[in-house]
Amino acid sequence: MTDATANPEGPILSADGVPLKRSLSRALRRQKLRALALIAPLLIFVILTFIAPIADMLFRSVENSIVPETIPATAAALGEWDETSGQAPGEPVFRALYEDLKVAVEEKTHTRLGSRLNYEMTGASSLFRKTGRRVDRMDESAPLKEQFLDIDKGWGDIEFWQGVKRFSGDYTAGYFLGAADLKDGPDGIESKPESQQIYMLLFQRTLILSVTITVACLLVGYPIAFLLATLPLRTSNMLLILVLLPFWTSLLVRTSAWKVLLQQQGVINDILVYIGLVADNARLELINNATGTIIAMTHILLPFMILPLFSVMKTIPITYVRAAKSLGATDWTAFWRVYFPQSVPGIGAGAILCFILSIGYYITPELVGGTTGTFISNRIAYHISSSLNWGLAAALGCILLAVVLVLYWLYDRIVGIDNVKLG
Amino acid sequence: MKLEYALGAGLALAMAGAASARDLTIVSWGGAYSASQQNAYHAPYMAANPDVNIINDESSNEAVAKLRAMNEAGNITWDVVDVVASDAIRLCDEGLAMEIDPDTMLAPAPDGTPASEDFGELLISECYIPQIVYSTTVGYRTDMVGDTPPTDICAIFDLETYPGKRSLEKRPINNMEWALLCDGVAKADVYDVLETQEGQNQAFAKLDTIKDETIWWSAGADTPQLLADGEVVMGSTYNGRLFALIEEQKQPVAMLWDAQVFDLDGWIIPAGLPEDRLKAALDYIYFATDTQRLADQAAYISYGPARKSSAPLVGKHAELGIDMAPHMPTDPANATNTFLYNYEWWADYRDDIDAKFQTWLAK
Repeated sequence: MTDATANPEGPILSADGVPLKRSLSRALRRQKLRALALIAPLLIFVILTFIAPIADMLFRSVENSIVPETIPATAAALGEWDETSGQAPGEPVFRALYEDLKVAVEEKTHTRLGSRLNYEMTGASSLFRKTGRRVDRMDESAPLKEQFLDIDKGWGDIEFWQGVKRFSGDYTAGYFLGAADLKDGPDGIESKPESQQIYMLLFQRTLILSVTITVACLLVGYPIAFLLATLPLRTSNMLLILVLLPFWTSLLVRTSAWKVLLQQQGVINDILVYIGLVADNARLELINNATGTIIAMTHILLPFMILPLFSVMKTIPITYVRAAKSLGATDWTAFWRVYFPQSVPGIGAGAILCFILSIGYYITPELVGGTTGTFISNRIAYHISSSLNWGLAAALGCILLAVVLVLYWLYDRIVGIDNVKLG
Repeated sequence: MKLEYALGAGLALAMAGAASARDLTIVSWGGAYSASQQNAYHAPYMAANPDVNIINDESSNEAVAKLRAMNEAGNITWDVVDVVASDAIRLCDEGLAMEIDPDTMLAPAPDGTPASEDFGELLISECYIPQIVYSTTVGYRTDMVGDTPPTDICAIFDLETYPGKRSLEKRPINNMEWALLCDGVAKADVYDVLETQEGQNQAFAKLDTIKDETIWWSAGADTPQLLADGEVVMGSTYNGRLFALIEEQKQPVAMLWDAQVFDLDGWIIPAGLPEDRLKAALDYIYFATDTQRLADQAAYISYGPARKSSAPLVGKHAELGIDMAPHMPTDPANATNTFLYNYEWWADYRDDIDAKFQTWLAK
């Protein structure tokens, strides 16, 4: 070490006098760029086909531009209106509404606005449809408020106008509130009436059932994986095919098979009645409820538990257990103190796979879940494909994503993600 | 090398095919229903227009959501879509289906009656061309009801005479109406009552009496399967599914036509099709919804044609050879007590009541 390079005051310099740190990072930058260029196609692909659509979909949970875009003048005129006055808006608002509707009917966007507002206020859909049909026959020179009220009394409803004013901004928290069983009423945020509180219940049920399914997978899968890992290769390979075979079978076929097995006149109940364990008039209800969901989903997710467990267990030398036994350990102690701790990374991987898959599962709960075994994803699917309330579906999806991320973080804190091994 | 040749030749063939034949993508429900359309509409249309190639897409179930997504992406790949009436109203409201003028775009009846009169009140939306009338009705196991087979809809709520499970659709529509009808509400008042909170509570209270004994279905095939397996003593489903169960599969099941709820199935054309595809779609619609074609479909499936002029032309089942007229939901003997489902009303109340219904179910 010479005086030229060892400068206790300043940074270490390279031969050309540039700080070593900078010249090193410059040399590395080119390498990093090259690496980036190599993964760029995949990165762009993932961003375009995966991240961007998801972000776009989730953005809908707050987006509300349809109201200010369809009735801009009305939204502005409503700013003047005092919603606490106890009176419906006056002529200026209705004149603005008339102008807005003329354009909207031309562009056929008024019914779309009606559907949007109907999510918040029952009746808005037909109000806009009906009014849209007659708007071109209205008399511009006469007072418009009365003509609107003639078409439908709904236009005089103060709560309706309060709602329109509340939802006249470009963004709304309404969907998120709805997803949390809350609503933005005239007196601020309040919970929905009990007869409409469903989402929190479903989130809770989704989490509880997912944990149950994961635990069931572990209890069933662990011995199987252990057997597979300890048997001679020939036999274990054959058994492994038995694990994989259902994995390759269509999901719908497997779910339908469970219907045949589990229903009250099904195979399992028939056998139980035949051997006299269950009376014929008291057959077990194994399907169309939470039990059905747990049984069918445990079966469907089992390979996701067995495979990581198996690949981790394969790497555990069985000689350790023998050594423990030769040193005086009982079978149980040898397993619990020596074998089991080494298989924990497999449990970690299997559990997180099963849990995250089951939390977003849709088709099986729909088919065998009845009313008490359905998940939040079934409601999300309903709002996407049937009610077209994509805003609410996006808000529910956001919450589900957030819950999963929080749980993942907790999992990392408790188990440690470094302790998870897929093989 | 050989493989490359084969690929190249295949590609060339495919391109040649695309160039000579115009593709027409028609979306429908699949299964027996699509088969009936294939026989009654698609096959004769392709025979008459050899340059048209009809592609069947079985996505009607999620048609509303997919059409919206296509519309947002600006790339509409469907030409004609088969949907139920409530979905057609939704699509029309959202501006996703184009408006149809029945008198200029559809064929008149053979006697010259314009299409708007021939379809009559079934033209429930500006965008909708109805094909068939189907009904949601109840089927029951003849061997599980003893000597007193049910004769009216309220048998569903009668656990004493007809113990056992029943199956109902996992949505409020139809169930709420039936509950009120069987709780003493007059048919004409059902929707007025259902508009009020008390009326909704009344319907839920009535449904509460059978909630534990009910399997809630979401796929049309569920009730037929449950009936065939003896899982339920009775259940609601579409009349065509029950026809297949009774007449084709010979199961010990009979139909209860009482208080059957009429619904429609028909075509919409997506909004925003380019000129040439629009012309092709309209040409197909003109052909496929004429009087004879609608009557033909009834030879393959037991749904009633939506045109008045088609009813006298309904013949025998194509394979079973039985007269189809007595199996139509619109047949006078079956239609003594029918319930007309109020589309406009449900368009308003669906979001609200569905939330309540699902909450009620989940608890």
